[in-house]
Amino acid sequence: MNRRRVSYFEASARVRVHGLVDENSFVELCPAELRKTSPHLASLDAPLAFDDGVVVGRATLAGSAILIAAQEGRFNGGSVGEVHGAKIRGLLELALLTKPVAVLLLVDSGGVRLQEANAGLIAISEIMRAVLKGQSAGIPVFALIGGSCGAFGGMGIVARLCNEIVMSEQGRLGLSGPEVIETVKGVEEFDSRDRALVWRITGGKIRRTLGEATRLVDDLIPAFRDAATRLLARYVELPPVTLDDLQQAQHRLTERTGRFAEVSDGQQIWQQIFSESAGIAGLTVSDFNRLLGDQP
Amino acid sequence: MTRPDNSVIGRLNNMEKFTLSLQSQPQQRHCITLCGVVSSGNLEVLVEKTQHPDSCEFEISTSALGFRDIWQAVLKDFAARHAAGGLKFSINDAGATPAVVSLRLDQAVEICSREVT
Repeated sequence: MNRRRVSYFEASARVRVHGLVDENSFVELCPAELRKTSPHLASLDAPLAFDDGVVVGRATLAGSAILIAAQEGRFNGGSVGEVHGAKIRGLLELALLTKPVAVLLLVDSGGVRLQEANAGLIAISEIMRAVLKGQSAGIPVFALIGGSCGAFGGMGIVARLCNEIVMSEQGRLGLSGPEVIETVKGVEEFDSRDRALVWRITGGKIRRTLGEATRLVDDLIPAFRDAATRLLARYVELPPVTLDDLQQAQHRLTERTGRFAEVSDGQQIWQQIFSESAGIAGLTVSDFNRLLGDQP
Repeated sequence: MTRPDNSVIGRLNNMEKFTLSLQSQPQQRHCITLCGVVSSGNLEVLVEKTQHPDSCEFEISTSALGFRDIWQAVLKDFAARHAAGGLKFSINDAGATPAVVSLRLDQAVEICSREVT
């Protein structure tokens, strides 16, 4: 496959996985031919997908054994149903047995699959628990966000539980999606059709500025691969999380909430941090990273 | 956990489902292949091997109701154009046009005849 200029945003989950890991190293678990489809969608007589919208498996990345899950944003918005969620949870629990150097979650999801209601909510909570269990066993979990659905709802929370988040500028991260906020609170609160505003609030650049994303990369599969490979090298040993770490993180968040309490647009955050905000949204990824002092 | 049975909650008829078997030249090379994504106006095709080298099988599940004749025309054309004997095509469709169906099937048979397992 041509690894050179493939847009991560445009690619399907399968193309992302194959482009990200070492060539021919991917072995799919629970593959399509097993037809683990959604019983809930079937009972609603809605279209099914043979993989229920998520690809899971093992592979190597720069020679190191990893486990990887990729959500397919184009199937029901990458939403987490019972089977979809069980596949991700199962993968994370497999990590406890096989001890990969990391688990990569290629998140592209609006959250719980509404058709599956409680089963989807439970699935999300099981994924969260499994992420934490893996981390306490010393296995880092990385989220990669750069698809059209971003990482919202329960998958937004899952992403924030991960040790690192790699995002492209096109990627989005949040809890309630813009359209949900507009529906509930009105267009004065959040105009979800104002694309630039949506990205200034949920997009990769502002998330990187706030430190939620730990790395901003170009919208290219090789760029995500490079970033993930660098993370593997940094996480040879996952230090245990101490109570002090958690308290410090809590303190930082409290401070941030106070500092940006009156802010209603990402631009105001850039104004406060860089005392200049006009050009930030237009910067290339490498110029933006230089501004933040990130290594190329 | 017990699940509600369709016959209990009343049969919904949102999906058209049917199978079809057509004559086709034998395809020697094959592997299990999945291509396409189930999204609006699109479909996924899963290709598997069968025991019958002279025919190809189709199992269709589509959200477009009442287009069975057009499906059959597209599939007949496909079976005649390609050596697809010995292959089974399972399709989940969310309202793809005939041209897209045709294209996706071409893509599936091309991938599975290229990769030898």
